[in-house]
Amino acid sequence: MKTLPEVAQVIRSKNSSPFKLTLDIIFKDREVFEKVQRENLLNAEVIAKAYKIEPKAIEKVLYFPPAKAVKIGMSRTRKSGSPGDTDVYGAQQHAPLLTISLDI
Amino acid sequence: MAKKEYKILSPTAILGYGFPAESFQRGIEENPDLIAVDAGSTDPGPYYLGAGKAFTDRLGVKSDLRAMLVNGVKKGIPIVIGTAGGSGARPHVDWCRAIIEEIAAEENLKFRMGVVYADVDVEAVVKGMKNGDLIPLDDQPVPTEKEIRECPHIVAQMGPEPLQKMIDKGCEVILGGRCYDPSCFSARPIAEGYDRALATHLGKILECAAIAATPGSGSDSVIGILKEDSFILQALSPERKFTAQSTAAHTLYEKSDPFHLPGPGGSLDLTDVSFTELGDGRVEVRGTKFVPTPKYQVKLEGSRCVGYRTISVCGTHDPILISNIDTVCQQVKDRVEHLLEREHAEGKSQVFFHIYGKNGVMGDLEHGDNALPHELGIVMEVLAETQEQANTVCSITRSTFLHYGYEGRISTAGNLAFPFSPSDTPMGACYEFCLYHLLDVDDPTELFSSEVFDIDGAKVVKAE
Repeated sequence: MKTLPEVAQVIRSKNSSPFKLTLDIIFKDREVFEKVQRENLLNAEVIAKAYKIEPKAIEKVLYFPPAKAVKIGMSRTRKSGSPGDTDVYGAQQHAPLLTISLDI
Repeated sequence: MAKKEYKILSPTAILGYGFPAESFQRGIEENPDLIAVDAGSTDPGPYYLGAGKAFTDRLGVKSDLRAMLVNGVKKGIPIVIGTAGGSGARPHVDWCRAIIEEIAAEENLKFRMGVVYADVDVEAVVKGMKNGDLIPLDDQPVPTEKEIRECPHIVAQMGPEPLQKMIDKGCEVILGGRCYDPSCFSARPIAEGYDRALATHLGKILECAAIAATPGSGSDSVIGILKEDSFILQALSPERKFTAQSTAAHTLYEKSDPFHLPGPGGSLDLTDVSFTELGDGRVEVRGTKFVPTPKYQVKLEGSRCVGYRTISVCGTHDPILISNIDTVCQQVKDRVEHLLEREHAEGKSQVFFHIYGKNGVMGDLEHGDNALPHELGIVMEVLAETQEQANTVCSITRSTFLHYGYEGRISTAGNLAFPFSPSDTPMGACYEFCLYHLLDVDDPTELFSSEVFDIDGAKVVKAE
């Protein structure tokens, strides 16, 4: 087992619009990325569990081989900058991903 | 005959973020065909579009523009600026235009400037809403007529076409209102016959300047070289280079889907794109396709005022309060509500507590354990119908919290540490994105009005 921070060079979150968050995981090593993709180790269930939310709240998990990357899409809990919002840029919503361990 | 290379200098990721003079100068020495810069973003939130204010500072914007104008105009290199003033509505464009005119006067520069506005008439949007022509994005509802009318500025993201109309009028400097980010880079080369897919994809990377290089930076210059069937990316600072990895990874940045990037008139399809390192810190990209939509669509943006905000910043180091913070916050809210009701206070208000050290950053998404921190930062946020009402509710919430006799309290002189006097800050109007919808158009230029000015030092003459 390895933790995500051990095998990823980038783990980040950002708004992809004022209503959506996009999470990127860019792997260090192509072989590791390919194994993760082949065995679909990063899927909606695994990510939802890290965030302690329902898997259906994870709207998209895309593998992007040119960048050895996985992209995750989910809705913001509040529109960017609206009353009660905590993160206008959505740039600090990635931390739960750091807790994920993969069987690699 | 193969087309010559078309070189585009992108000084910085956002006009006003600055760039090293050496990098920019190296770019100028490459004799670029175009200097283009994206000046905007919705990242900083809904306030700036709604309030008609720039999120960048005037001094920074002026400094960046001075380098671009002095070099560009003197060497005959055209300049295109997209999403002027950050949000690209009329007040933003006019703000940027005034800065350009100021520089022209100070530097005694002579050029023709085309200004393209992106403001959309509210009646046209209301009509579109009633006809069912507003197509929601990201699961957003169609706004009501009332909500549309509460948006002080509604803009549409222009494609390259409205900017190209300014080329036809002989404009050396083109200042665009809200643009689809790549448009300021792609308008001129597409007009000269370069491939729309490649020019747009290149623009998509250049709008972030050196962010796609490694190490990445949003405030350093790069060059994009457009060829007949590919484009090349080149860093202008010796400590940076483009790699296949850095360029491919950038395709992910702020996008929901790295393979399909929608924009005015169609989508970029990156499914078959290749990124090839040329061995000298440069990367060549090929294979991008442009897939037009059946009907040309533009994206509308609008944010509406939802009230006025007042905030108060404080903290606590008391372990008894920290262990009961959620309960105490709720009790304070209840007491404030009760007081407002008893006094028949006018207007509706909402109170939010941002508890830093607990869930201030992630709010409802907080996943962490419940270990108690040694101190908590608290931001009280109040939203009300007027600034006065927000000030009132914030003041009452702050004083109630400060002296609230919560269960188990032994620190009876005050519950909160305030770093500032005054403790409360009126934040002005609070906006919320409400328009983020596609609208069908018959002509890509029909929503966008323009003006042309002949500038000669301090003299500005409207050309038509």
